[in-house]
Amino acid sequence: MPAGASALSLARPRTLKAALALLAEDPELMPIAGCTDVFVGLHFGTSGQRRFIDLWGLDELRGIALVRPEPSEAPVLRIGALATYTDIIASALVRRRLPMLVAAAREIGGAQIQNRGTLGGNVANASPAGDTLPVLAAANARIVLRSAGAERRVAMGEYYTGYRTSVRQAHELITAVEIPPVAGRQWWRKVGTRKAQAISKIMMAGVRGPVVRIAIGSVAPTVVVADKTARCLSAGGTLAEAQALLGDEITPIDDVRSTREYRHQVAQNLLAQFWRETE
Amino acid sequence: MGRAVGTSVRRMDGDDKVTGAAKYVDDLSFPDMLFGATIRSTISCGEIVNTHIGLPPEFVVADHRDIPGANHVALIDPDQPCLAEGPIRHYAEPVLLVAHADRRALFGVEARIRFDYRERTPNYDPERSDTCFKQIAIDKGDLARGFGDADTVIEGEYRTGHQEQLYIEPNGVIAVPGDGQITVYGSLQCPYYVHKALVVVTGLAPARVRVVQAETGGGFGGKEEYPSMLACHAAILAIKSGRPVKMIYDRVEDLLATTKRHPSVVRHRTGVTRDGRMTAMDIDVVMDGGGYATLSAVVLSRGVIHAAGPYRCDHLRIRGRAMMTNTPPNGAFRGFGAPQTQFAIEAHIDRMAGALGLDPLRLREINALRPGDTTATGQTLGKDASALPVLREAVKRSGYKQKRRAWQGTNRGIGLSLFFHGSGFTGAGEVKLASKASLELTATGARILVASTEIGQGTRTMLAQIVADAMALPYSSIEVHAADTDAVPDSGPTVASRTCMIVGKLLERCARDLRRKLGKLTPAEYFTRHGAVVVTAQYEPPPGQVWDDQRYAGDAYGSYAWGCNVVELEVDPVTFEITPTHVTAVAEIGRAIHPVMAEGQIQGGTAQGIGYALLEEVVMRDGRMANAQLTNYIIPTPMDAPLIDVAMIERPYAHGPFGAKGVGEMPIDGPAPAVVNALRHCGFDVRAIPATPERLMAGKLKVEELAVESFS
Ligand SMILES: Cc1cc2nc3c(=O)[nH]c(=O)nc-3n(C[C@H](O)[C@H](O)[C@H](O)COP(=O)(O)OP(=O)(O)OC[C@H]3O[C@@H](n4cnc5c(N)ncnc54)[C@H](O)[C@@H]3O)c2cc1C
Repeated sequence: MPAGASALSLARPRTLKAALALLAEDPELMPIAGCTDVFVGLHFGTSGQRRFIDLWGLDELRGIALVRPEPSEAPVLRIGALATYTDIIASALVRRRLPMLVAAAREIGGAQIQNRGTLGGNVANASPAGDTLPVLAAANARIVLRSAGAERRVAMGEYYTGYRTSVRQAHELITAVEIPPVAGRQWWRKVGTRKAQAISKIMMAGVRGPVVRIAIGSVAPTVVVADKTARCLSAGGTLAEAQALLGDEITPIDDVRSTREYRHQVAQNLLAQFWRETE
Repeated sequence: MGRAVGTSVRRMDGDDKVTGAAKYVDDLSFPDMLFGATIRSTISCGEIVNTHIGLPPEFVVADHRDIPGANHVALIDPDQPCLAEGPIRHYAEPVLLVAHADRRALFGVEARIRFDYRERTPNYDPERSDTCFKQIAIDKGDLARGFGDADTVIEGEYRTGHQEQLYIEPNGVIAVPGDGQITVYGSLQCPYYVHKALVVVTGLAPARVRVVQAETGGGFGGKEEYPSMLACHAAILAIKSGRPVKMIYDRVEDLLATTKRHPSVVRHRTGVTRDGRMTAMDIDVVMDGGGYATLSAVVLSRGVIHAAGPYRCDHLRIRGRAMMTNTPPNGAFRGFGAPQTQFAIEAHIDRMAGALGLDPLRLREINALRPGDTTATGQTLGKDASALPVLREAVKRSGYKQKRRAWQGTNRGIGLSLFFHGSGFTGAGEVKLASKASLELTATGARILVASTEIGQGTRTMLAQIVADAMALPYSSIEVHAADTDAVPDSGPTVASRTCMIVGKLLERCARDLRRKLGKLTPAEYFTRHGAVVVTAQYEPPPGQVWDDQRYAGDAYGSYAWGCNVVELEVDPVTFEITPTHVTAVAEIGRAIHPVMAEGQIQGGTAQGIGYALLEEVVMRDGRMANAQLTNYIIPTPMDAPLIDVAMIERPYAHGPFGAKGVGEMPIDGPAPAVVNALRHCGFDVRAIPATPERLMAGKLKVEELAVESFS
């Protein structure tokens, strides 16, 4: 049963500073960006949350640009937390630097969801089936977290602490995702329950360059960065060796969408396909 | 004559639906209206021993003691309580009703009511059930002799799962109490079924109960019997509170609590000669009825009658049983048992062909029913028996033979299915229904009075076309009265592919009658002189049609529609994902009254059949649907539906209006077996649907096994 709207409250700050001040005062407030995940929880009555803070008006969190966080660093691709999938698909910069993110964005939901759903929301929502998560993990992205008092950057590989939990504190907001230059060919594949409007049963992002990077979603409580598998391939190991290692790096389960066996088998098949297609 | 029939006239309900003017039940409102909700069991088997209700007095609460009449949902067997009195047979069984003036006050109300249960061990396996709702036996010829004539006997077991009808508009009704009477508006297929159920539950005289169909957003059988339950619930609350009560399910409740297609297990043992003649068929059909009988008996009936497929065989034995399990009752769904059993026979045919080293097409050509042949029940087929014509047309249009050869050994596959579907109620069903239809003269034309409902399939338009041509009046001069039991006769339920063939024929008779009355006068002239006039026709079976319900033999249906599907697909070797790329759907339906709508039925039924074959899985855990949301109950999107090339063949049926037979259900019989047969062509042995990638992965045929299949 959906929650009655009268029981809900919504704060609508106009600036990031005001938003962070509100959160500092009241960390119980739940941020909403595109609301595409939050709404579902409310509708199905699975969310106990009643008080919200709307980020949609905070233009500071929009924008996609190349920035140099440290003068010594190479420019990184900075995608604002409120960037929607439509923004990402339309961005020439993302298409050039991170085509696998564009590929993932194109397969998320339908047009309505792509217009509303945000990258920050996908990361913060922390679902193991979040489609951008393997892409960001394979790209070695950093999540930029900001509170009223401080800003910090957390590597994607260290961001999640368990099933739907992360290092983000309740008074922090994700302001952006920063992606350093990615060296090598990028590869992405989503395996959903159907051809569109589907939650992923398994998805893989891979980078084949001097250093191989592989990340897989929906096969463990959090996105899996398959380091051992990638190192094996980087070091010239055979595909069969890498596939065996991959089997140990993931811990898929049976759920209403798929089975453990299927996810195991298909993870290995995807690895082979990635390797074949990026030769 | 013949200006409207056979042309795709403008839909009568089209403008209102497109502009949003059409009123669905949730668009309706009445002064002082309350909103109702249902509190359901959270166990699958046992008894309620105590009830704790923590609600303030502004809530209206009703239980079985508030039922003025008898506590059962009137359908076939009186076994299903309207509100549970103690014993619980399935999860989500309705126990209490709650109403409140503020719809939002009902959100989460179930958390404030608690039941103490005495639980018993539930049974979810129909084959282990000790309660049988219905058993049917069909025997023809001498089975032992048939097997004696065979060179080989081939066996197989085939399974199908639940399927949800997934009408876009969930179930909903409003009950409006009056002075010793009650009116129910609702999203429904069968106003008189609801009427009958309300009379039983309210204890009111039939004349004091009125049912009006609101505009209905799809049914597919899912609004055949369930609205009777829901209407009774709203009526109980309305009578108790003295106020109108609206009850609208949300998608989750609709998925959890309402009927689905019966899961089935079908076993075949077939005797066949070396050159491919089927000499004996031994078929066993088990259907999972769920917790109460509802329509299981008749679903089983249609299932077993179609179980031998459109094939001739002199010696056969069919045994069917519908069993109780501790799951929500299964019920009517487009096809009504026939998709399950024709899935089995059609998958079996391809396996037999493999074993005999014959092309499955050849095996079908050898055994297909021809005019003059007899069906499993001994019905002699007329000239319109069209198994071979549809088969040949589908093979030609699709390039089946060439593709079958070219794709051998690749990840592309092509498979076909041949099927038929009886139009109208089974056996003596139409005689028992004795449906009536009326036609009323108006100043400008005529008004149709029937209880047959428009649920998106085009009933109003199609019936008006028939009347227009039979009266030689323009289509635009024909109106259709709302399906309102106070105003229209009982033309029977809107089910069983019967509305066009049976009700359309009744109206054709009315129209000819009225035309005779008019003589040379126009409707306006006649109306001015004599005022309104109403003519009525009642069903009479075509001469010579006989059915023996004891022996389950005779003319099971007035006529059959015939279909052939050819499915082309690709299997992704990495993910086992199956992409149907093209379907050829050939259908022989007597006469397409409205070609665009008839094709729409075939397109839609085929897409729904593709969903049944590949995607739609009701995941049951502990007797409860675990994926009761559209996020996880997967139906095809347009991107999942292949291109569907529809061809209609017309071989008029002598007793249908302008030759028409039924078209609504047949299209869903064919896609699933054609899909599975195409998968077999690419080396996958699948005998259960949905053929999900997970199942496919498990069913990959080993190379040796494949070799045996095709050359032994
Ligand atoms: C029909 C449908 C289809 C979908 N399809 C897909 C799909 O294919 N793939 C997929 O991955 N997802 C899918 N989703 C899920 C969802 O659309 C995405 O996860 C989306 O990116 C969420 O973004 P949002 O801005 O709407 O998040 P919201 O719903 O606004 O928020 C989600 C969570 O993130 C938190 N949050 C949001 N922004 C911030 C921030 N800046 N800082 C801190 N916390 C924040 C919120 O508090 C909440 O916990 C689908 C959803 C629907 C309804």
